Amino acid sequence: MPQHIEAQYQEILNEYVKKQTEQNLYVGQNFSRQLILENISPEEVISMHKAAIRELYSDLPDVVWHSFDFLIEMMINYGLALQERQSLLKRQEELKVEMDLAANVQETLLKTKLPSLDGLDIGLLSIPAKKMNGDYIYFVSDYDGYAGVAVADVIGKGLPAALCMSMIKFGMDSLNSSHAMPKDVLSVINRIVEKSVDDSMFVSMFYANYDASAAKLTYGSAGHEPAILYRANTGGFDELEAKGLLLGVSPAAVYEEHSVTLGKGDMVIMMTDGVTEGRTEEGFIERDVIYELIEQKKDEPAQAIVQHVYDELERMQNAELQDDFTLVIYKKV
Amino acid sequence: MAFFSRIESYKTGCHIEMNIQVNLTENDNKLKGDIHGEIDAHTAPVLREKLEAYQEQEGLNAELDLSGVDYMDSTGLGVFVAFYKSINAKGGHLKLTGLSSRLKRLFDITGLGDIMDIEAAVGKGGN
Repeated sequence: MPQHIEAQYQEILNEYVKKQTEQNLYVGQNFSRQLILENISPEEVISMHKAAIRELYSDLPDVVWHSFDFLIEMMINYGLALQERQSLLKRQEELKVEMDLAANVQETLLKTKLPSLDGLDIGLLSIPAKKMNGDYIYFVSDYDGYAGVAVADVIGKGLPAALCMSMIKFGMDSLNSSHAMPKDVLSVINRIVEKSVDDSMFVSMFYANYDASAAKLTYGSAGHEPAILYRANTGGFDELEAKGLLLGVSPAAVYEEHSVTLGKGDMVIMMTDGVTEGRTEEGFIERDVIYELIEQKKDEPAQAIVQHVYDELERMQNAELQDDFTLVIYKKV
Repeated sequence: MAFFSRIESYKTGCHIEMNIQVNLTENDNKLKGDIHGEIDAHTAPVLREKLEAYQEQEGLNAELDLSGVDYMDSTGLGVFVAFYKSINAKGGHLKLTGLSSRLKRLFDITGLGDIMDIEAAVGKGGN
């Protein structure tokens, strides 16, 4: 215990004992904050108090000194609890820094370059509900008239989900071809995820490959929300169904693939369940609502359409989306 | 043995209560159960914890009635898949019954409907 603190305490105590004013009490309160900053433990405060009283009133009966000694003993465990709290606070701070770091790494990892293809307008919006995004979107593009797109949703959140995503990314990078077909991509990623992920974590993924010269989209799904096909000439919406099990459940899973050819103004709308599983006070937001929102802006650029769908769904849910939201539109122009 | 968990959320200034109720009884390696309420990220841990108590049992025959489930999201699905995988690995069997059309769709989209033993609720199966 530094000498100057003891002297200061004695002075403040003496002032208060002489005159019990608000002002003198206030000085004491401020001093106690300083003691906390200096890491002075509760038992040290009492022993300081005892020393100060002895200086000021040395003729007090023994019973008073014994009672201080007893009180010092009583406070020792409080001191330990305080130390523990301080080390927890420090640890929490470290974890927060690590978490921020992980979120940054994830953001870097998630970075993907929008492909640029003749006759294809792409809109993309991916908004996490919390700090870490459980949705993953990745484009594979070689500037050769083909572009692959993966839309994935990791079931399971936080750090493990982010780690899972990096596995998907490296799986996709290892294929390293915009020509890779959906059923092959999904099989490869399934084997990676199945081997490495724990039992309660899974990934749903939609993969599509677009061939610009033929305006042909080939797609497959691993347990993912079906993409939507909008036909400009009929104004109709259809679900692009493709059978396939979630990634990471069974190594034996096989994946289908199907193709559609896009005409001018046609759109393929890919999304995660954060888009379709919205709920308002009246109940679920049905798919028809999403169709309607897209139709309202069908003649606008793809980015304007995804933004409109997001804005409206957010508004319906009182600006409180419960799940990560990812929406991608491929529009043939 | 009933377990009731209530999570209150503040949405739009009004009070929306989310709840889940899980009743499980086990007899002679046969697990019977019914689940009521919503299974989402908030309530799924309750269900997971209840099911985990049985997942290490050899040759467990489990049948869970989901007809009281109003809502389930992918987190809830994850709980059932984890349970399915672990009891399957121990030579057991899991059957889910009473699925609403919404739940049935979730199992079908994810491809789980093809590998798991599921049964739609009578009169609720179509859509």
